[in-house]
Amino acid sequence: MSDDLKKLIIDYVKKEYLDDDSEEIDESTQLISSGIVDSFSMVALKTFLEKKFQISIPDEKATTEAFDSVNNMINLLKEFNVA
Amino acid sequence: MAYSNKARDFFSNELKNINTAGTFKEERYIESPQGANINVEFPVGAKPKEVLNFCANNYLGLSSHPEVIEAAHQGLNERGYGMSSVRFICGTQDIHKELETKLTKFLGTEDTILFPSCMDANAGVFDVVLDKEDAMISDRLVHASIVDGMRLCKAQLYNYKHSNMDHLEEKLKETQNLRLRMIITDGVFSMDGDIAKLDEICDLAEKYDAMVMVDDSHATGFMGKNGRGTHEHCGVIGRIDIITTTLGKALGGASGGCVSGRKEIVDLCRQRARPYLFSNTMPPVIVAAANKVIDLISKTTDRRDKLEKNTKYFRDKMTAAGFDIREGVHPIVPIMLYNAKLAQDMARDLYEEGIYVIGFSFPVVPKGQARIRVQVSAAHEKEHLDKAIAAFTKIGAKYQILGKKKDEIIAQYGY
Ligand SMILES: Cc1ncc(COP(=O)(O)O)c(C=O)c1O
Repeated sequence: MSDDLKKLIIDYVKKEYLDDDSEEIDESTQLISSGIVDSFSMVALKTFLEKKFQISIPDEKATTEAFDSVNNMINLLKEFNVA
Repeated sequence: MAYSNKARDFFSNELKNINTAGTFKEERYIESPQGANINVEFPVGAKPKEVLNFCANNYLGLSSHPEVIEAAHQGLNERGYGMSSVRFICGTQDIHKELETKLTKFLGTEDTILFPSCMDANAGVFDVVLDKEDAMISDRLVHASIVDGMRLCKAQLYNYKHSNMDHLEEKLKETQNLRLRMIITDGVFSMDGDIAKLDEICDLAEKYDAMVMVDDSHATGFMGKNGRGTHEHCGVIGRIDIITTTLGKALGGASGGCVSGRKEIVDLCRQRARPYLFSNTMPPVIVAAANKVIDLISKTTDRRDKLEKNTKYFRDKMTAAGFDIREGVHPIVPIMLYNAKLAQDMARDLYEEGIYVIGFSFPVVPKGQARIRVQVSAAHEKEHLDKAIAAFTKIGAKYQILGKKKDEIIAQYGY
């Protein structure tokens, strides 16, 4: 499950945020602090996870840290029992 | 009073962090009117130095134009200094209405409403026209004031990769079941000087039944044959539903902004836009001068033609000198250096040579894309451009980057 989830999120980030298909990211790549995803576009990432897992992530949990890597996102999803 | 040591320490620490991150911004004091030649006191306390200004948004050179200054004087004499009111109470003079009418005609739209600034126009407009059931689909590199405006609006947010029409189309498909949708973009993007593909955007908008909003702050007055803006440049006059723009750049450079576009949207802004309703009206002096600016640029295209010529000259010569510049036709000319420190060092050396330019790096531009952003103006004469090109060439040689492409510069300096 966790590997599938990892792949799902990585694929989504690649498709949505990387311009060049040759760029690679993995589950620990910093996304927001490195500038790959800007903090405003993060809203779309949050919406994607919410729709996909039919959850609602409250603002206080939707920090830039919680979304800074695929691993962090998976940890966040664990709190909702979907990872 | 409870400004305790706790609060003071907290803020001091924030400032320290900004400093450590290397993003601390300092003001430079200019002791002359805005123009091609300015006197700058920098660092604070230093003897003022005469430099050529290549970092102002004074695209048409109208910031200190004698006829504009004269019109401002006349406005001051005939309509006074302040209005002490928001627009709808007692802050609308005949000249405010005149300016709105002139802007409508110049931009080729249905109607126009003035705002205290374009920042305010962008902050107010989305919340006026869109709600929870609607979607905002924005280019990912839109200006910060649009980001703020979208944050203040309840509509669902989608964004597409910069100028990527396939990605935009995907988002339009994804949002097809929503009530109203708006595609949101800058006409010209301020860090790269690249131009939105408004013709393709309008085609997609028609195909998928979405509105189009363009912030044309870096285009109004000079892009397109008559200087109407990016919509003229791209051949889509009449197809843009909302244009926001500023009077703070090419159009005299004082302050003020507007929302121009579909009549119903402008009417709704007069009823609901919070920065219009709750912030003071534009001062008569500025309105009077702005009216003169629109008259000047409606009468002749000489200034925008000169700007176009200057831009081409500068871009051609800099490319020939061996700089890696982003291709384009806009007076924003990014000299790509990739490394943040290199951009800072070169900007400092150029200042010593009498050329005032600024280095930009992360987070203002993406990581590894540091640059010096040059802005050409119609106020520049050929000898100004030649002096800047010579100084750039001298400093470029010092840092051994002439004739080098991205990979070579990065190999030399890293990023
Ligand atoms: C694209 C863009 N929009 C809006 C603004 C803000 O305009 P104003 O100075 O009128 O608030 C700017 C100015 O920096 C800008 O570059």
